[in-house]
Amino acid sequence: MNWTVLGIWLGALLSLSLYSFLYKDNPFYKFAEHLFVGMSAGYWVIYTIKNVLIPNWWDNLVPSEGGMQPVWLIPGFLGLFMVLRVVPKLSSLSRLSLALIVGTGAGLSMTAMFQTNALAQVNGTIIALGQGGGWFSWASNIIIVTGVVCGLVYFFFSKAHTGAIGQAANVGITILMVAFGASFGYTVMARISLLIGQTQFLLFEWLPTMGIHL
Amino acid sequence: MRLAIPLMITFVAGMIMILQFFVPATQSMGESLQEWYMIVASFAIFLGAVNLLHIHIHKIRFKARNWKYSPVTIAGFAAMIITGLFLGIEPGKPFDYMFTQMMVPMGATMFSLLAFFVASAAFRAFRASNWRATLLLISAFVVMLGRVPIGAMIWGKIPLISEWIMQVPNLAGQRAVMIGAAMGMVATSLRMIFGIERSYLGGAD
Repeated sequence: MNWTVLGIWLGALLSLSLYSFLYKDNPFYKFAEHLFVGMSAGYWVIYTIKNVLIPNWWDNLVPSEGGMQPVWLIPGFLGLFMVLRVVPKLSSLSRLSLALIVGTGAGLSMTAMFQTNALAQVNGTIIALGQGGGWFSWASNIIIVTGVVCGLVYFFFSKAHTGAIGQAANVGITILMVAFGASFGYTVMARISLLIGQTQFLLFEWLPTMGIHL
Repeated sequence: MRLAIPLMITFVAGMIMILQFFVPATQSMGESLQEWYMIVASFAIFLGAVNLLHIHIHKIRFKARNWKYSPVTIAGFAAMIITGLFLGIEPGKPFDYMFTQMMVPMGATMFSLLAFFVASAAFRAFRASNWRATLLLISAFVVMLGRVPIGAMIWGKIPLISEWIMQVPNLAGQRAVMIGAAMGMVATSLRMIFGIERSYLGGAD
């Protein structure tokens, strides 16, 4: 059996089944959709076991040099407690796991994420204003700095948006509208690029298996 | 006690993560905690898988709407688990074959379907009702046009304008959102670490 051709046919038939939804909801779409959900869940379970749990937990719990590190039983038990959420009598144990996740996540947000998402962004904005490169570059830098400051003013709700604050907020919302429009256009084009890729797959990989060459 | 211990764990974990950022001596403790965090959080995928199976077995048992497709989900799940666990995940193995030949095309198709729905939703929802909404429309239109060859064919400067929109006003807007969200994140994190925000524990006892 030619596994490559079989793979192309499987991919093509499943893709066409999913595209059939553009006409209307139908059994082919539902079949492919349910298969995709099941396979994705299975894929991520295996991915987690092989790429996260075995190298980060199991290999630390039972090192290749021999012996056992009992301290690594703690995250194992906490992980188990998380799954016990589905057992009503023991579901309260999952609070311990959630507490660790939330506490660590909150601590990380306070420091590392704040540094990348706030401080580094402020730093980048300040540097942009001082860069040279002609009047156009200078004007663009002014727009970036004004846009960031006014955008933040728009999100500042502790003071009424009237007077100078209101005007700054108006500039902010204008910049935000342009940004949202750009993000929307960018997202649509990313999807269109996937559509083009899938169309090319059907036209130039699947059709040739039936002797049709475009 | 049922609430006190989780709150204490949250506080200690949060403080260790903050301290390890400023005090080098606590860095190794913070790194270990991050590893624990990754391990415990990754168990959530098992919770999701168990929940998925539970829902579909329930649908089959009670012959709920569209129950006939539930065995497909379970079969797909089982196929990936069995092949992945017993035959390995290296390239060329059945797990990898199913991933590349079935999941990747299905994933790409699913996301490409969104192009139609986003476009149709935009057509219905976007109205040039005021000048800012018009600005949003123009910005989206120019960015889209700048990323296809026809844009440059209409006017050579359209790709440049598109790039400028992405690099200047879009950057400014995204930065404002990101900085604002980071501020909110700090406030929420503080509330969680100090036990003021407790909704993640499923409400107070």
